[in-house]
Amino acid sequence: MSSRVLPAVLLTILGLAALPATAADRTSILKDYAAAAKAADPAFAGFSAPRGETLFRSKHVGGKPDTPMCTTCHGDDPRKEGKTRAGKVIEPLAGSVTAARYTDPEKIEKWFKRNCDGVMGRECTALEKGDFITFMIGQ
Amino acid sequence: MRTAITLAVLLAAAAPAALAPAALAEDRVPPITDAATLKECGACHFAFQPAFLPAESWRKIMDSLNDHFGENASLPVDVRFHITDYLVANAAGTGKKRHKKEHETTTGAPLRITETPMWVHEHRKLSEAALAKAGSKVACAACHREAARGVYEDD
Repeated sequence: MSSRVLPAVLLTILGLAALPATAADRTSILKDYAAAAKAADPAFAGFSAPRGETLFRSKHVGGKPDTPMCTTCHGDDPRKEGKTRAGKVIEPLAGSVTAARYTDPEKIEKWFKRNCDGVMGRECTALEKGDFITFMIGQ
Repeated sequence: MRTAITLAVLLAAAAPAALAPAALAEDRVPPITDAATLKECGACHFAFQPAFLPAESWRKIMDSLNDHFGENASLPVDVRFHITDYLVANAAGTGKKRHKKEHETTTGAPLRITETPMWVHEHRKLSEAALAKAGSKVACAACHREAARGVYEDD
C-alpha cells in the first residue's frame, strides 16, 4: 500500500466508525428490501411509513386465531415493551428506543417469517417488510 | 413470597446437616448450558430446563415448531436438530434423575410441563388468581426468582 493511499484508507475507516453503526446497517437493509420490492413490482416507488403503520395496527385474517394483530403481542405503542403470550417481555419495536432493532438481516427475516405466518397466515412481501421497518425506524 | 423465602432459608440453616442436601436436591434441576437452546427457547418464553419433560415430549415439541402452542416458532433445520439433541440428552430420567419418579407416572409424552403430575402437584395449593399474577403459568421466573439457574425451592 502506498503512503498516499494509507491516509485516505485510515480516514475512511475512522469516518465509518464515527457514524452510528445502526444507521448504516438500517439503510443497507432497507436498500435490499427496496431492490426485492422493485423486482416484484417494477412500479415500486419507495416505502411508506403510513402503510407500515396500517399493517402494524390492522386486524388480519388467515393467521393463528390467538394472534390476529402485531399489537396482540407488541402492544399499541411501538416505543413501549410488548409481552409474549408466555409472559416474556419483548423489547420495544421503535428504532429510537431499541438500538439493535433492524440491524441484523437474519434476525429480521426470522421474525417476519414466524410472525407474518402467525398473524396473516402467509409470508410478508418485501414491500410490507420495508414499509413496516420504515414506520418503525421513524418511531 | 419474601416471608416464605426467609422462612425457607432459616429452616434450611437450622435443619440438621444430613437433611439439607436432600432438601436442596428436591427442588433443583440442572440449568441449561447450551447457548442456542437458551437463546432460541428463551426468545419467547422462559427457557424450561430439559429435565422437566421426557425425551419423547421434546421430540414431539421440536417436530412441530410451525405450530408451537399456537405460534410459529420455526427454526433453521440445523439449529432445530442441535437443540433437539440437547433437550433429549438432558430430558427427565437422564443425569441425576431429578423428577424421574414423577415422570414415570406420566402417561404418554405430554407437550405441556404444566400438565405433568410433578407440576400439578407442586402448584396444587395455588389458586388460578394467584397463578395469574405471574402473568402466565409458564413465566416460571416471575415467582421462582432463581429459576434460570434451575433453583425452584423458593415456593
